Amino acid sequence: MTDETATSPAPSRRSLLAVGGAGLALGAAAAGGAVALTRDGGDDMQPAAESGGAVPFHGAHQAGIATPVQDRLHFAAFDVKTDDREAFVQLLKDWTKAAALMTEGRAVGEGAYGGLAEAPPDDTGEALGLKPSRLTLTIGFGPSLFDTYGKAFGIADARPEALVELPKFPGDNLDKARSGGDLCVQACADDPQVAVHAIRNLARIGFGKVAIRWSQLGFGKTSSTTPDAQTPRNLMGFKDGTRNIAGTETDRLAQHVWADGPSWMAGGSYLVARRIRMNIETWDRTSLQEQEDVFGRDKGEGAPVGKAKERDEPFLKAMKPTAHVRLAHPDANHGATILRRGYSFTDGTDGLGRLDAGLFFLAYMKDVRKGFIPVQRNLATDALNEYIQHVGSAVFAVPPGVRDGKDWWGRGLFERKDG
Amino acid sequence: MRAVRLSVATAVATVAALTAVTGCTEKSDAKTGGSGAIKVTATDDSCEVSKTEFPAGHVELAVENKGSRVTEVEILFPDDRIVSERENIGPGTQHTLTAEVKSGDYRIACIPGMKGKGHRQDVKATGGKAVKRDPRLDEAVAAYRQYAQAQADETLSKVTTFTDAVREGDLAAAKKAYAPSRIGWERTEPVAESFGDIDPKVDVRADGLEEGQKWTGWHRLEKALWDDKKLGKAEKTLADQLDTDLKDWQQRVGKAEITPTSMANGAKELLDEVATGKVTGEEERYSHTDLVDFKANVEGAEKAYELLKPVASENDAALTKELDKQFAALDALLDKYREDKTSYDFTSYDKVGKADRKELSDGVNALAEPLSKLAAAVVSK
Repeated sequence: MTDETATSPAPSRRSLLAVGGAGLALGAAAAGGAVALTRDGGDDMQPAAESGGAVPFHGAHQAGIATPVQDRLHFAAFDVKTDDREAFVQLLKDWTKAAALMTEGRAVGEGAYGGLAEAPPDDTGEALGLKPSRLTLTIGFGPSLFDTYGKAFGIADARPEALVELPKFPGDNLDKARSGGDLCVQACADDPQVAVHAIRNLARIGFGKVAIRWSQLGFGKTSSTTPDAQTPRNLMGFKDGTRNIAGTETDRLAQHVWADGPSWMAGGSYLVARRIRMNIETWDRTSLQEQEDVFGRDKGEGAPVGKAKERDEPFLKAMKPTAHVRLAHPDANHGATILRRGYSFTDGTDGLGRLDAGLFFLAYMKDVRKGFIPVQRNLATDALNEYIQHVGSAVFAVPPGVRDGKDWWGRGLFERKDG
Repeated sequence: MRAVRLSVATAVATVAALTAVTGCTEKSDAKTGGSGAIKVTATDDSCEVSKTEFPAGHVELAVENKGSRVTEVEILFPDDRIVSERENIGPGTQHTLTAEVKSGDYRIACIPGMKGKGHRQDVKATGGKAVKRDPRLDEAVAAYRQYAQAQADETLSKVTTFTDAVREGDLAAAKKAYAPSRIGWERTEPVAESFGDIDPKVDVRADGLEEGQKWTGWHRLEKALWDDKKLGKAEKTLADQLDTDLKDWQQRVGKAEITPTSMANGAKELLDEVATGKVTGEEERYSHTDLVDFKANVEGAEKAYELLKPVASENDAALTKELDKQFAALDALLDKYREDKTSYDFTSYDKVGKADRKELSDGVNALAEPLSKLAAAVVSK
């Protein structure tokens, strides 16, 4: 699957100009045989930014989905606080402008210093001097945006069919204060301060129009969209994301990730976010054999049961019937495939001395009804359920990319002509 | 006799002015009129000055009272803030008054009988860095100064109702009078805080105490009323102390350094007070009367905003439109917690659930963020 990269078209001039050291990064990666490419877009392929560099904000798809996964996350879900359509649209425009600047490593508005002494600076300033750190900002619209504000915003009839509320899954113990949201912004960067700065500044711009409902910090990506030599591990110590869709796999992306209609969503995707708490302490007291049986892979190499190498094709029937990989595999779900982009989280302890830690699961898919829902249903008998609990949940429609400097997040939705 | 009163918070208080204090004796007739001095001749119905324009910097007024009544002479900013003053100038006597002034417009006032506004002369200090501002802003500052004074005056009687009840050991009456006694203070808190020494005496919470600092003031009494549920000798002493400290505030509030930007920033600070102390229920942790403080903070902020609005709306119409909207929204939200919109009987804050507190917090953020831009809107242009 990485062979495709050999025939990839040369990077466009724009991408070479946009990314410092891009040529070098491409050369090095090509030599390694596994190119980290960002943005599919056919003829619009771009090399991954070098560590610390900038990921282009504009494009056919929003960055932060198929682009290489960064090390850190700050995810925020917002409630809308206005029913003034004009004010909300202006917010989306203001956010887009700020996002474009921040992803380039630049300060918001007139910056963090040097302005009027009597006014607070436009930018909060904690990212001054830091590199762009491959910051990506990705916006999503929740079902409640259409339900609650559909009439006021003139988008009541534009809710995509694929944007469904998730059903109650067995074992769910969802905290309302960590679930839902009219909007979300996913900020990923290699530097946590850059990601936090981005959410903080967007929240500030949004005061009065939107308010943060909940947010989540994440570290240690748990899956990768670049088939690196090393697959990252989750907090249970297991490799996660071996079979994830790579950013270079344009066919699989088109088949499983990028949305079709309605037209304002074409090129967008659907995002499911789940805060999955791990019973870390009991897991750590579980025998190695049990741990490996629960997953269906070995802990060291990550090879499926009965196989030698991580990337060997798994033989599902060799695994226990309740093994996680067996139940989650596309073959067990009529081919249902999602692109995962999750992060580990640790929010201190829970007052009982237990780590409040786990996986902040983020997955992108073409249709929630055909992606996450059937897979999660199938996981009802998952042996892993003894060690995890889903405590937060949200779903969002993620519109396509911002095309250029005149375009803005959600423009297709708010200026659609086809209803 | 009172010596020259110096405004602690007035930036222009200087060594020169301090010399005037120490040099002032009972029958001061300090050498009037060095060569550079401005001669001020006060009569019962006039105030004549020898120069209406003089260089900024050290200024000396040589005052002669040719009237029949005791008079007072003041140098004032256009917004009526006192730069320097001299009281008790007897008929037929001469005194000097010194001050350090930046360039800009001022007034010299002679106040026969030491009551009222007296007779005034516009003067100008020139050279150096100019301090020029829209006269409407001076009016706003003067009006806000009056507001702050009125709040302090009103508060004093309400505090006495409270402290009397404490002294009488009447728990129920003291509880009832507690929150109302704080409203005027909460409305103008940034002004009071600008003095530095009063706030820690009257409004500190247990966790805000510095090592070795004795806990006095409203919240100490709040704990006695709601937590300890008893009033003893110590509380009576604390009540006396609260009266004394608040009288000090009332007497000094008119002298606070207030500028259009400090008014605007003070408004924002009031909302910050809400965001950090009230919305969490920390401020009134025993009485749970946080929403009364909350309302008072918003009212104080709104007052400052309304006074600055004529200028701010010219400079940034979009901002004032947004502020109008957010003030109205927050007021409407607060109204949900009281049945009578003219009373200060708000829902006890321990009865306000998590989701409702979040809504209040969002409302505060929605207002405070644009409010943080008011100062710039007042000075820009």
